[in-house]
Amino acid sequence: MAGMMLDVEDLRIRFGTLEAVRGASFAIAEGESFGLVGESGSGKSTILRALAGLNRDWDGTVRLAGEPLGRLRDRAFFRRVQMVFQDPYGSLHPRQTIDRILAEPLIVHGFGDIDARICRALEEVSLPAAMRFRYPHQLSGGQRQRVAIARALISEPEVLLLDEPTSALDVSVQAEVLNLLTDLRRARGLTYLMVGHNLAVVTHLCERIAVMSHGEIVETVTAEDLRQGRVQHPHTVELRALSLDLAEAQGQGGESDLSQARTGTAP
Amino acid sequence: MTDVSRAAHASVSRRQWLLDPSPGSRRQAAWGNAYRRWLQFRANTLAMIGLVTVVLLIAAAIFAPLLATHDPSAIALENRLAPPSAAHWLGTDDLGRDLYSRILYGAQVTLGMVVAVVVLVAPVGLVIGVVAGYVGGWLDTLLMRVTDVFMAFPKLVLALAFVAALQPGVTSAVIAIALTAWPPLARLARAETLTIRESDFINAVRVTGASKGRIIMRHVMPLCVPSIIVRIALDISGIILTAAGLGFLGMGAQPPMPEWGTMIATTSGFILSQWWVPTIPGVAILLASLAFNLLGDGLRDVLDPRQE
Repeated sequence: MAGMMLDVEDLRIRFGTLEAVRGASFAIAEGESFGLVGESGSGKSTILRALAGLNRDWDGTVRLAGEPLGRLRDRAFFRRVQMVFQDPYGSLHPRQTIDRILAEPLIVHGFGDIDARICRALEEVSLPAAMRFRYPHQLSGGQRQRVAIARALISEPEVLLLDEPTSALDVSVQAEVLNLLTDLRRARGLTYLMVGHNLAVVTHLCERIAVMSHGEIVETVTAEDLRQGRVQHPHTVELRALSLDLAEAQGQGGESDLSQARTGTAP
Repeated sequence: MTDVSRAAHASVSRRQWLLDPSPGSRRQAAWGNAYRRWLQFRANTLAMIGLVTVVLLIAAAIFAPLLATHDPSAIALENRLAPPSAAHWLGTDDLGRDLYSRILYGAQVTLGMVVAVVVLVAPVGLVIGVVAGYVGGWLDTLLMRVTDVFMAFPKLVLALAFVAALQPGVTSAVIAIALTAWPPLARLARAETLTIRESDFINAVRVTGASKGRIIMRHVMPLCVPSIIVRIALDISGIILTAAGLGFLGMGAQPPMPEWGTMIATTSGFILSQWWVPTIPGVAILLASLAFNLLGDGLRDVLDPRQE
């Protein structure tokens, strides 16, 4: 497809004899935000890791802005595509200061004025400059995820792969991080591919959503359709009902936080 | 008065500077981190005893020419096997040489061998282990089988065979000990690397586009270094014992040289009549290896990333 930032066709990934992803196809336009939803083990994170070049055992066609991607990714690819990991407690090097963590992509890609860029990156994710020389264990979960987002954005990519970026965080912090991601996308015109199992979170951030089940994409719907319940596949219906039940079970606190986040970002 | 209070003020502010939760520079963050480790280490009494003993031992070796009361190889047959006295603090050996001075110079030989072995072994073990663990595949298999071959030999037997093939002496002893000491370090570094390799923070570095060499050198290896340091500190007592053992068997340092193991070997016949003559170098060996063991234990508590 022309004009697509990320175009995935018939992607197949296997682990030994297990076929984790069985022919997934989707395309994301430039500046679009696309979500992949499914329960654990449905293959959504596997797709993300393959796209990021962390898993080389895949078949199919992946195009980045029209250019087919090989199994080995070069440095130029990582300039354009970055990833934010699920667990901010595991994705920051435990023996490096925030400064060192943020400097790494800049050194690798040969950027100049590293100091100024680090300060700007911290500011952009609303972290105080005093955090700069702390170690990750001196930061809270939400602050760590902000650092991870700053690291992903510091090399000025066009595409951001988000692997459940809020699932390891408290509900109130989730809303903050989601708002931050929304604002950054608007400010920089980024393309998002987000993976998640929480429908409320994914619909908050993404315009179009693909629902996965057992390694296959069963339905692709818009966020608006999903909110209104205009869905066809029984698995999507089930997933939607589940997330509504969950929101109710979590009580007013969780629900109000997310709806607050939603209204907070509405123009 | 003002000087005292100013000095007190300076030390307080230096402490504050070190413990500042939001350091203002790379240097301050690194020093602060080191200072917190030191505070933790200082609280461990046994480890501090070990550290102090090791420091004294190193000082004794370095300043042996100043501290010694006699020439360590001056023979005085009229005064052989003398008990400790004001003239000879630890007595004399079978050739009338001053034992106190020989122990001091012996520390030079022993610590020199330890340093030589560590310098040879640590980088080799670390690099082989980390590369095997990170790269994996046939390179891992090759490096680990070579490691297995070296591990399959009993330590002392391999060292003995090696020294016998070359000529007995300190250099051969160092090479022989080094040959048998690197495989456990390589195994340890590989095991560490395997647990680090698939972690998200290394994946995150991969996603920045860093090269394999950069990931190994800048991100994986620094995490393996603490456990290698701990392991080496604990191994040093073994190295001291092996060096003394080779000396005792006549395969290490040769007789005129005041090496502790050799000193025991040449005077072992007097254990019943003049017991202090072979016992004193034995005590030196015991203290040195015990001190390194205590130090290693203390370092493990401070450096081991699993205990955080």
